[in-house]
Parts: sequence; C-alpha cells; structure tokens
Amino acid sequence: MSTITHPALASRGDLRNHAGVGQTLRNTVTMAARSLMKIRRTPEQLIDVTLQPVLFTVMFAFLFGGAISGSIEDYLPILIPGILMQTVIIASVTTGVQLREDMDKGVFDRFRSLPIARISPLSGALLADTVRYALATTITFATGYAIGFRAAAGPWSLVAAGLLMIVTAWSISWIFALFGVTARSASAVQGISFLVLFPLTFLSNAFVPVDTLPDWMKWLADNNPLSHLVTAVRGIVNDGTFGADGWITLVSAAVIVAIFAPLTVRAYMRRA
Amino acid sequence: MTDTRVAVEARGLVKSFGTNRAVDGVDLTVEAGTVYGVLGPNGAGKTTTISMLATLLRPDGGQAEIFGHDVDAEAHIVRQLIGLTGQFASVDEKLSATENLMIFSRLLGLSRADARKRSKELLERFGLTDAATRPLAKFSGGMRRRLDLAASLIAQPPLIFLDEPTTGLDPRTRGQMWDTIRDLVSSGSTVLLTTQYLDEADQLADRIAVIDHGTVVAEGTAQQLKASVGQASLIMRLRDGSDIALAREVVQRSLGVEAVVSPEAGRMTVPMSDPDRVTDLLVAFRADGLHLTEFSVQQPTLDEVFLAITGKGIPEEDVAAHEAAVAENEREGVRA
Repeated sequence: MSTITHPALASRGDLRNHAGVGQTLRNTVTMAARSLMKIRRTPEQLIDVTLQPVLFTVMFAFLFGGAISGSIEDYLPILIPGILMQTVIIASVTTGVQLREDMDKGVFDRFRSLPIARISPLSGALLADTVRYALATTITFATGYAIGFRAAAGPWSLVAAGLLMIVTAWSISWIFALFGVTARSASAVQGISFLVLFPLTFLSNAFVPVDTLPDWMKWLADNNPLSHLVTAVRGIVNDGTFGADGWITLVSAAVIVAIFAPLTVRAYMRRA
Repeated sequence: MTDTRVAVEARGLVKSFGTNRAVDGVDLTVEAGTVYGVLGPNGAGKTTTISMLATLLRPDGGQAEIFGHDVDAEAHIVRQLIGLTGQFASVDEKLSATENLMIFSRLLGLSRADARKRSKELLERFGLTDAATRPLAKFSGGMRRRLDLAASLIAQPPLIFLDEPTTGLDPRTRGQMWDTIRDLVSSGSTVLLTTQYLDEADQLADRIAVIDHGTVVAEGTAQQLKASVGQASLIMRLRDGSDIALAREVVQRSLGVEAVVSPEAGRMTVPMSDPDRVTDLLVAFRADGLHLTEFSVQQPTLDEVFLAITGKGIPEEDVAAHEAAVAENEREGVRA
C-alpha cells in the first residue's frame, strides 16, 4: 500500500500504531477524572463509603462494646481497625460493579473507537477508586474519634494505617475487576462479590477475639488474610509497630496483584 | 475535489455470531470526499459491518482498509482517522454535554484550554449551548444524537461513520440531521452512513450499497439503483360505474404499459416510467369521458426495493433469473 498523501491526512503528522507510556498515563488520569465527575453528579454512589462506616461504627461500638471488652472505650481500639477493613474491602467491590455497568453502556463503544490506550478505562477506574478508599478511611477514623477513639500511636499512625488499607483494597479490587469484566451483568458482580466478602470479613478477628471461636473456625479466622490486615492496622494505630502481620498483608496484596492483574487485563483486552 | 483516493476498501468481510453469519462477504469501496449509504432492513448486517470498519469488532474473514490502513493490524492508526456515531448515543448519560465533550477532547490529547474551546465550538455548532450544563437524562433524542455527532467530530476525522443517524427521530429533527450531514461533507469529510430509509439514502448518498442477509445485493448511485428496482406508480380510482376495460385500453394506448386493476373495483395501479407522459394519459381520460375520484403517485418502498433486488420468496437459484427478468422488464419499460 502506498504511503499516505491524502490531503485530509496531511495535517495529521506521523500516525503511530500504539499508545505510548505517556499517553497511557494521561488517558488513565482522564478516565479517573471522569469517574470522579460521575460521583459528583450522583453522590448517592458514595453511601457505602460515607454513611455506612458511620452507621456500622456507632452501631457495633454500642452493641458489642460492653459485651466484648467490658466498655466502649476499651472496644474501640479493636473495633475501629475491624470496621475500617470491612468498609474499605467492601468498597472495593464497586470497581467491578461499575466497570461492568460502564462496559454495557454505549459510551464504551466510543472509547473503543478512540485512539486511546485500550487499558485506560480499566486503569482509570482502579485509580479513581483509591479516592473512595481514602474517603472511607477518613470517615471511619473521624467517626471513631467522635465517639472516643484516640490512636495511641499518634495522628500520623492513622495516615500510615490508611495507606496500608488503600494499597490492600486496591490490590483486592483487581479480583472484583476480573468479576466485573467477565460477568454478565452488574448485579451478578454484586451478588458474587458479596457472597465471597461477607464470610471473609466476618470470619476474621475484625469484631471479636478469636479465642472464643470453635477450633475449626478459629483456624479459618487465624489464617484469613484479612485478619492479618486488621492485626497490622491495630499494631500501627495502637502500638506504633509494623510487624509480621503487616508484611504478610503486603506480600498477600502483591501476590493478588501478580495473579489477578494479568488475568483481568487479558480478559479485559479480549472484550475491549 | 477530483481526489479519487479510497477512504474505505473492504473485501469479503465476514462476521459470525454463533451459527448466524451476520456479515457474509461484504465488499465496499468508498471514495474519499463522498457520502456512501449502506441501505438495508433491520438485521441485514449494517451495524456489524460498521463495527468492523470502526475497529469495534474483529472480522472473522476478509479484510478492510481505512485510507490504506488495515483495520485489524493497524487498529490504533485507523482510530485516529475515524469518528463513529453509533445507533445508540455513545455518550455518558450521567454527565453534562460539556463534561462529555471535555473528556473526549482530553482523551484525544487536547490541552485543557483547547478542549474547553473545542467543546464550546461544537456545542454552538450543534445548537446545544443552552443545554450545555444540563445532565443528559433531560435531553431529547435529537439532542442526544447531535451531541453524539459532535463528540465524533472533536478530532476532525477525515472519515465519519454514522450508524442509522435518524432512526427514531421526528421528521423535523431528521431534516436538521440531514442538513448537518450535508455540512460535514461540504467541509471535505467522507461519510459512511447506514439507513433503513430509501429516501434518506436518496437524499444524502452519492453511492448506495443495498445489503441483505450480510451481503451486498446491489450497488450504485441512487439513480441507478432506483432505475433497477422499479419506478414510481400512479394510483388512480375511477368514479363508480366507469368502464374499467376502456380505462385499461386508454392506459395501454397513452403510456404503452399494462395497468393493474385491484380487486376493489375502480382502483388501478399504473407503472410510471416517464412522468412527462402522465399529462397525455389524463388528457386521454377526459377525452374518453373517464372520471377520476383519486389520483396519487407512489414511490417504490423499501419493501419493493428488497423484493425486486433480492427476489425474496423466490428460491435462491432463481434469484439470478429474477434479476435478469428485472433488467429485461426495465428495458421494455414494464414494471417488474
């Protein structure tokens, strides 16, 4: 085929057949900005990371505080990291649900016809969700503060714990992104995800000391990666330490990304 | 412009969904700077064909090039040369018109300032300035289509695909859309549009391909196509008690064609090969004392186009014979 000389193409300069790294990053940021704009238009999307942590923190603190730890003040250092984990991990499901919704919409056809990095709708969604996790973290800690929770290790420990949460939730959101890419409908994603998450978040040390559990359940709770996360967060905010549980959490997060990121990207590229 | 470069060149495109061959060997050649119409009924394979040309779907067979770039191997380059307006508005429902255009502009690499300027220009051009900040949920169908088209024009692509741009629009909005499409072409763009409406293809397209069951069954200018399909008909109703036999004879004498008399007595359908001679017929009717209660001209409908071209209802092997018969009848000035 002869080289391009068509007048309509003359002004287009060199045409490249691939999006470079710079363009991929720019497209990702634009897509993330788009997600945030949509949140601003439909703030009810934020209920799971705003009202829900407030409700659960207050409810659990007053319901279980006396029974489990003798008093609410004694329960808060145990509860707040647990609530934080549950809120942020459940918020990570949204990545998959919204991705599925987006892919079913007409606007996705336009994205696919534009000369943009193919991965950017996915990477942009994952990036925008870190904002949601940050919001959920802030609100949970703020609610805790309001009912008497004080981080023994000082305010900076809250920032460190928040960062650990965001990194972990971001890693886990790759799993739900895979559900989102491969599932038939958004409600299916929601259904599957909660089926996995409810046992996983409750069968942990998030809300109760595991010593009272039957042996088999204690074993499950001890080996639940989310228990390590909760223990790590407690260590950071209550004692100012980052121990084995923290490292197990980070390694688990890395393993999840190593497995699910390539799977998700492959499944996504096949459909996008 | 005497440019004869080819904007779209498709050879033997095939796409199957399960056992259904939605597109079954489509050939298309679209010259740059023209409007090309793809005409066909629902399910004929129009949208699937456009989706392959616009890199949304990968062809199962055959190949297609956009300005010389393969849609499969050089998809990213092809995307830099095309704009696509889909059958369903491909814009973000939850965002405003401005936000939509801003995001698409930014994705296409415009700076923030340029994106804002371009969005404003496009909104003005498509008469959407007043509604710019309203969420799309409050937009009418026509406004959505216009915004969709505006979004396709951000990068000023040399080739624009319009998939059924006026389906579902009211007649006034359809007329506006037609004007917009004509503007586009006068600014030098190549347009490939699909439609279910013969008159739309007739109004807008330089060349038309008729597509049915995933294959191109006829191709040519609107004039060629209409001539091959059959002409308009005169529909006449005679006053009660008129001499039908005499009327038929008068038609035969004045126009040289056979009138078809409908079962409801008094209604005649006459092929109109030469509109100029209709006066002769009417004068002859008056001379013979025949009186009409109704007189109208009926253009061939899309149904008739397909009937004539595809010979539906006729066994496959007879299609060629049928087409030959159509051509034969045409020479004799008799309606197929």
